[in-house]
Amino acid sequence: MEKYQIVLKKPLKPDITLMEIYAPLIAKKAKAGQFIIFRVDADGERVPLTIAYTDKERGVVAIIFQKVGATTLKLDELNEGECLHDFVGPLGVPTEIEKMGKKVAVVGGGAGCAIAYPIAKALHEAGVEVHLIAGFRNKDLIILEEEMGAACTELHMCTDIGDYGFHGFGTDMLKKLLDEGHKFDHVVAIGPLMMMKFVCKLTKQYDIPTTISMNPIMVDGTGMCGCCRVTVGGETKFACVDGPDFDGHLVDFDEVIARNNSYKAFETAKKEEHICRLRGKTNA
Amino acid sequence: MPNMSLTKVKMTEQEPNVRNANFLEVAQGYTLEQAKEEADRCLNCKNPMCVQGCPVSVPIPQFIAKIKEDDLAGAYKILSNANALPAVSGRVCPQETQCESKCIRGIKGEPVAIGRLERFVADWARENGVANLETAEKNGHRVAVIGSGPAGLTCAGELARKGYDVTVFEALHVAGGVLSYGIPEFRLPKEIVNKEVENLVKMGVKIETNMVIGKVLSIDELFEEMGFEAVFIGSGAGLPMFARIPGESLCGVYSANEYLTRINLMKAFRGAENCDTPVLESKSVAVIGGGNVAMDAARCAKRMGAKEVHIVYRRGEAELPARKEEVHHAMEEGIIFDFLTAPVSIEGDEKGRACKLNCIKMELGEPDASGRRRPIPVEGSEFAIEVDTVIPSLGTSPNPLIRSTTPGLDTNKKGCIVTAENGATSRNAVFAGGDASTGAATVILAMGAGKTAAASIDEYLRNK
Repeated sequence: MEKYQIVLKKPLKPDITLMEIYAPLIAKKAKAGQFIIFRVDADGERVPLTIAYTDKERGVVAIIFQKVGATTLKLDELNEGECLHDFVGPLGVPTEIEKMGKKVAVVGGGAGCAIAYPIAKALHEAGVEVHLIAGFRNKDLIILEEEMGAACTELHMCTDIGDYGFHGFGTDMLKKLLDEGHKFDHVVAIGPLMMMKFVCKLTKQYDIPTTISMNPIMVDGTGMCGCCRVTVGGETKFACVDGPDFDGHLVDFDEVIARNNSYKAFETAKKEEHICRLRGKTNA
Repeated sequence: MPNMSLTKVKMTEQEPNVRNANFLEVAQGYTLEQAKEEADRCLNCKNPMCVQGCPVSVPIPQFIAKIKEDDLAGAYKILSNANALPAVSGRVCPQETQCESKCIRGIKGEPVAIGRLERFVADWARENGVANLETAEKNGHRVAVIGSGPAGLTCAGELARKGYDVTVFEALHVAGGVLSYGIPEFRLPKEIVNKEVENLVKMGVKIETNMVIGKVLSIDELFEEMGFEAVFIGSGAGLPMFARIPGESLCGVYSANEYLTRINLMKAFRGAENCDTPVLESKSVAVIGGGNVAMDAARCAKRMGAKEVHIVYRRGEAELPARKEEVHHAMEEGIIFDFLTAPVSIEGDEKGRACKLNCIKMELGEPDASGRRRPIPVEGSEFAIEVDTVIPSLGTSPNPLIRSTTPGLDTNKKGCIVTAENGATSRNAVFAGGDASTGAATVILAMGAGKTAAASIDEYLRNK
């Protein structure tokens, strides 16, 4: 097997793909909550992705990605047997599973469920009572339902439009559980920044410690460039070496939301350019 | 007869108004004739002071004598035996405070242009396919080098020459460290860095990229599981420091490290159509700080198309920590220097992009602990610079990944690895050098530390 070879490629949805990458050293070391950085080709950008799961025996690291930009589209064009150009990790501090108490709610939003899943699984394996709330826009976008079901005590599926499971956001489901009398020692929220912000707003009212997994823009991801800085409790923290997990009640979400939009125009242009090039190929 | 001209032979440079719009090298090197003319200025002193000023002890008069004799291969051999990266240090060394500051010719007139001659010889070798790849017989001892910047590459080269089996672990996707991500193309073309690395590989050095030591492998694992007998830590400077003023998280605020990394390492200098890594377009830029990195960031900003680029520095021109040559080049290229100016806050527009840097004028008071006169704010002197990009370039603090995963490795209050003069750390068989132990310093000091540590590692393993 070659370094960074794609061992398995499995489309989960038309726009979401799972890949297992051969990287035995990373597979051996990685823990829930850590991430890798990949590059598709020699001139590619560095993109961070949280590790979905690892298999030490087979030496593989699994990533789940949404085809949102030019680089993830390019990644999706690679097939089993082909290799990524670069694959580095495990980066970041693992999620502090041990300190979360006996009963934990894990809230995943959309593609964020791919990250919520390994954390729920690690908690569950550590003997914690885990309520996994998985929110999607609609039924067609649901991923990993079976895997998530096996990784928690109780799985609460939700859809924004109500065509599957609970009708409402993950936040609404969490509020419902709390109001029903569930006492959570800790809440973990992973997904779009807006969703994490609202989960934190809610858990603050209920005074439940809350961990969020930050996904700021990164460049080197190893503690050198400072791009991924986040203000936490008034202090500058770096998601790549201090995070990606932070105390959600202390994070300045609005700042991260603005920073994450810095390159929207560039990204949109790159994506369109890439799609045009692909179309050109098929036409020819 | 020596050439008694009081001035150095001039090196051709791109015109300031041409070069500030491209990333090609500013200084274009000597021709053979120019090199020989300059070499003739060297008096070949019996007791050469210049060598004492060199952190890697290059036998300067000897290599210059070979240039005079037209024996460039001989010159390269002498040079490269002492210095693993001559094409690099010939370009980025602050010779004016090192070898050239001790040159006897500098007492009356300009010193011998040692740096330019070093560069000339190294470039000649590269362009003519000459390399110095000789190594002692392989001794089978394995050494791990963490980081492939100037300290790590030098240490690796020295050890390979002595016959050791060396593996360099690099966290990023290419080797070179700050030579690749930090120093811009127009000062140090990456082709030159790649060639120096290639030569090390030809000498048997293995380079493993994408390996973050402290994460994927700990130092203990390098010894216990991987079978290395000694480790050199040259992991470099770490996280950027910020000015701690309001607004530093706005869009359009980059640490100098991030800005330079996007442009150099990720190749944004090629333009948006030829690069996948974005860098925001800037019309007006303020770089905060006065070091070499600040000069690099400002000069890159100009080349990326900014109409107006400011260097905002709280002390005066005389106190600038950057090399004189860099300051001079920046001024020629149209960088605006706002001396005795301190940043107060950054304001953002409705989209969250920086739009204004509020500043205050300073005056210099009594000298502080660093010996430099302390800047004091002048009351009522507040003013603003209209900018869309702000680049704090205020130094770095060491990366925590290795110290936090290596039990028994002593670090100081600032987080720098504590080393003895020979590079030894508090851990047996672990040596360190460069910015990881000194905090942010120069390429040549890191190379010197790498060379010293290599000698110590050799001694340690021979006596083991």
